[in-house]
Amino acid sequence: MSHWVIAPVLLPGMMAAIIILIARYHPVLQRTFSLATVSLCLAIALGLLVAVADGSIFLYQLGNWAAPFGIVLVADRLSVLFVVLTLFLSIPVLLYAIGSGWDMRGRHFHALFQFQIMGILGAFLTGDAFNLFVFFEILLLASYGLMIHSGGARRLRVGVQYVVFNLLGSTLFLFALGTIYAELGTLNIADIAARVADAPLENSGGVRVAAVLLLLVFGIKAAILPLHFWLPATYSTAPAPVAALFAIMTKVGAYSIIRFYTIAFPPDLEITQGLFDTWLLPGALITLAVGMIGVLGAKRLDRMVAFAVIGSMGMLMTSVSVFTPEGIAAALFYAMHSTLATAALFLLVDVVKTRRAGGDLTWAPAPPMIGGALVAGMFFAAAIAMAGLPPLSGFVGKVLILDAALADPRVAWVWAVILSSSLIAVIGFSRAGSVIFWKAHASLPETKTGDIQSGEQPAPQGALPLVAIGTLLSAIVLVTVFAGPINRYLNATAAQLFAPEPYISIVLDTPGKVIEYKGKDDAGEKGESADASSDHTEEDHGS
Amino acid sequence: MELLVASAVGILTAAGIYLILRKRTFPVILGTAFISYAVNVFLFASGRLAINQPPVLQKDVTLYSDPLPQALVLTAIVIAFGMTAVVVMIGVGAYLSSQDDHIDDLDEVQPGAQKEEGAGS
Repeated sequence: MSHWVIAPVLLPGMMAAIIILIARYHPVLQRTFSLATVSLCLAIALGLLVAVADGSIFLYQLGNWAAPFGIVLVADRLSVLFVVLTLFLSIPVLLYAIGSGWDMRGRHFHALFQFQIMGILGAFLTGDAFNLFVFFEILLLASYGLMIHSGGARRLRVGVQYVVFNLLGSTLFLFALGTIYAELGTLNIADIAARVADAPLENSGGVRVAAVLLLLVFGIKAAILPLHFWLPATYSTAPAPVAALFAIMTKVGAYSIIRFYTIAFPPDLEITQGLFDTWLLPGALITLAVGMIGVLGAKRLDRMVAFAVIGSMGMLMTSVSVFTPEGIAAALFYAMHSTLATAALFLLVDVVKTRRAGGDLTWAPAPPMIGGALVAGMFFAAAIAMAGLPPLSGFVGKVLILDAALADPRVAWVWAVILSSSLIAVIGFSRAGSVIFWKAHASLPETKTGDIQSGEQPAPQGALPLVAIGTLLSAIVLVTVFAGPINRYLNATAAQLFAPEPYISIVLDTPGKVIEYKGKDDAGEKGESADASSDHTEEDHGS
Repeated sequence: MELLVASAVGILTAAGIYLILRKRTFPVILGTAFISYAVNVFLFASGRLAINQPPVLQKDVTLYSDPLPQALVLTAIVIAFGMTAVVVMIGVGAYLSSQDDHIDDLDEVQPGAQKEEGAGS
């Protein structure tokens, strides 16, 4: 059983290499391989989901080395949930990329896509902080390539900003890891948890610095104010399928915050007191407010959706920073919902762009687009979900978050910001929908030229893009209909997170290979086996 | 030695931050390189500073230096190297396609398309 844990990480990585080496000039093969890999991974992930649903935790020791020295992958409810979400998201995104021809507007789309999936899944599954850094780099490196896919001056310039911002984030991550290692002497998440619990309260400055640095790093990924500056330009400029896939990237930051601050630095830990109520909650509320105001203030449809992502991350982190099991469960529900909704919206923006005259996404009047009614209906549904109106899942998620916030002393602030920002989002989305879809008939059918970026001429599209968006929307409907069972699973997930002892003991107590030092004589006495093993983790870390 | 290493990390980081705050692409990339050097030295120091101690097992040696930070630094160097190469290539591409290497203002690429670009909010 335990070997299945690493399969979702290995398969895309291997397939990416195969796509580059073998299927380089065969679009059909590339598409087939790509879709098949993702579907296979989804099947495996669903199997894992069933297996971890009863609360069991699966450990995979790479190279069979025991935990603090070797790298481990851990599949518990939280990580498998995000793995399934990623893979489920990636299938419609791939379908859209294939159907709209985006994948052939530049080179190596599918290989980069697989590497991106590998990095994201690895980040969700790993149980080692440095390994998390490595997977972050894999997903970032792939995302740099995907972000500038099909080129264009504007995309390249935004790409530079994006890469530089994330390079700084990575460096900050390394500083945090170095501090953790210097203070605690370990980088295994479970081992950090065990050692932090025993750390003395005095002289804990280093640990505190490390915890704050880590929060900053994950805050950059999760686009929490004031660390969100990379997001609007990146998401609105990236190719549509890539922006839709990036919907899960912000959730990697949220996942890491939930993972680290429930297990390694739990909320009742004396050393890191005040991190959430003093810093994260206000930051999350401001993120929510600014994101939704951005929805109202944006002058283009793609930027509006990008700001909706920021707003939804603010909503998610608000729920996380309440830091009760109910808050985490509500945040996970909202994460599922907002991933699907933002992906659907980004794909819809691209559909609008290809169908609207001149590829114009501003609020300028334009003649009606072809098949506008269907697209308008889809946009309507996705916007309802995103703004959190009944009857779709955004409303359920918001109610759960409002309910969870009742336990927090600052419930008035939370409720005020969430409710008023929702109103602003509703106004923003309805303005966009009316201008783009309803006012279309009012204007003269003059064709605007220019404003089309290089290589983005409207291509003839089949039904596949709309099918892909329809899949995402029906997934939103399913999440709404089955909100009860999903919520039970998420509550169990949150309960598992707030009782980290089984996680820690499984990671640290599972026996593995340990080298006994067989020197020619018995020169060095103590710590040989430990030294020998950590010597081998060197290879694991390096590879 | 502690003073030397600490000031090296500090000066490299300070120089890197100064360069990152410049307006053109090339100094910014140099700045990220400086900061990644700083973090490499910092990672080395996280395994305690020691002289003349081997990281791998040898005969007749009782004191070892910690091998793990060295492995971490190796990984970090490789990743930073690759990332720098990527950002240089994207930066050159952006410069060649728009004839402008300012990192902050994007208005000249598409005049009037997105005035509020850059600051984000």
